[in-house]
Amino acid sequence: MNWTWFHRLGSPPHVYGFAERWAPWFGGAAALAIVVALYGGLILAPADYQQKDAFRMVYVHAPSAWLSLMAYSTMAVAAAVGLIWRMKVAHSAAAACAPIGAWFTVAALGTGMLWGKPMWGTYWVWDPRLTSELLLLFLYIGYMGLRAAIEDPQKADKASAVFAIVGVVNVPIIKFSVNWWNSLHQEATVMRMGKPTMNGDMLWPLMLMFLGFTLYFATVVLIRLRAELLRRERSASWVREAVA
Amino acid sequence: MRSGASTVARLVVERDLRLAFRKPSQLLQPLLFFMIVATLFPLTLTPELSRLRDAAPGVLWIGALLSSVLALEFLFRDDAQDGTLEQFALSGQSLTWMLFAKTCTHWLLSGLPLALSAPVAALALGVPATALGSMVASLALGSFALSLLGAISAGLTLGARRGGVLLSLLTLPLSVPVLVFGADATQRAIAGAAIAPPMYMLGAIAVLGVTLAPLAAAAAVRIGLE
Repeated sequence: MNWTWFHRLGSPPHVYGFAERWAPWFGGAAALAIVVALYGGLILAPADYQQKDAFRMVYVHAPSAWLSLMAYSTMAVAAAVGLIWRMKVAHSAAAACAPIGAWFTVAALGTGMLWGKPMWGTYWVWDPRLTSELLLLFLYIGYMGLRAAIEDPQKADKASAVFAIVGVVNVPIIKFSVNWWNSLHQEATVMRMGKPTMNGDMLWPLMLMFLGFTLYFATVVLIRLRAELLRRERSASWVREAVA
Repeated sequence: MRSGASTVARLVVERDLRLAFRKPSQLLQPLLFFMIVATLFPLTLTPELSRLRDAAPGVLWIGALLSSVLALEFLFRDDAQDGTLEQFALSGQSLTWMLFAKTCTHWLLSGLPLALSAPVAALALGVPATALGSMVASLALGSFALSLLGAISAGLTLGARRGGVLLSLLTLPLSVPVLVFGADATQRAIAGAAIAPPMYMLGAIAVLGVTLAPLAAAAAVRIGLE
């Protein structure tokens, strides 16, 4: 099997060129998908018979929540690749994933709170899902804090990579323990979230939104990756040629 | 020359114990901290024992967690500064195994004394005497898991300039499972219910920690030493 494509991923100029070429395409596709999905979700889809128009929050909330986890897994995989094959580009990719992942987590929490106020009558409940999402945010912040606290960039790469991997092992355990914890406090059943059986008019914009957000995530990661590579390789000759 | 793993572990444990007993104030500080935290809760919540009893599991476990994070400072930092960890890494012995021995000693000196002295704080918070045995058991097991988990973050922050706050920022979210099951065990003990289910969970986390944490801690320490 031909592995040159994999080895090329280890070369900063190659990845820089790749990111430069593809970011606009991903960005364009993301914009298109999000605009169409917004039209479908906010205008075409009928209001929910129970939640009225408030249900439309799901079009931002659910994709954000999905990407908050996706970004963390991507980050951990990139970190593991960086540790195992000593690929500097993979570490840059992991670094590029963290801030956007953290923002998706904030967006998921924020939209959840806005939706919770009219639906549950309160911005915050100690629901297992909310709590584990909040803990995920703390993990992101810890990861970025560790990265920022270590001056030597290579040490920072490796140390934060170990933390990302430890976090990935721990996230399912945290999730499980939080579910266990909440099953003790069953008084708050008013807040129970029913699983909505969505009809097609509501569902397709949501699916498209998932796609759009994922493409947007890819775009941002590519852009951040370019910036990260430029910063790290600022003394390399290819950077001078690329920026000239 | 490679000597047996058990000899290495014994030497590390003996060395750490001897060093620790030469600086007894360092041993007492986390315990004292735990006691003070437990004292602050009645002052801020309510002095009524019946209401404090409801809050007791949370107070005891958060106090234990904070005190254990505080004690993590002493786990590697001195040895990293005077070059001992470097000698460990260069000795040709398994660093994983040596750090595991260090972590166990750390637990013997911080987690175990804390668990054993917790009944004083617990009685003051209105925990019935019948629940004390189970509570000590859960704290002992839980603090062992916390020490193992904390060894990873202590290793990771070796390379950082000011590790203190960062160390807690990294450790606290990861220790949520221990906190949940530990507090649940204590709550059940107070209510007179069976504590086996959360204790099994704590045991499972401790076993997982014994298996994986020393490996991650050794990787972290090596990165810090590079």
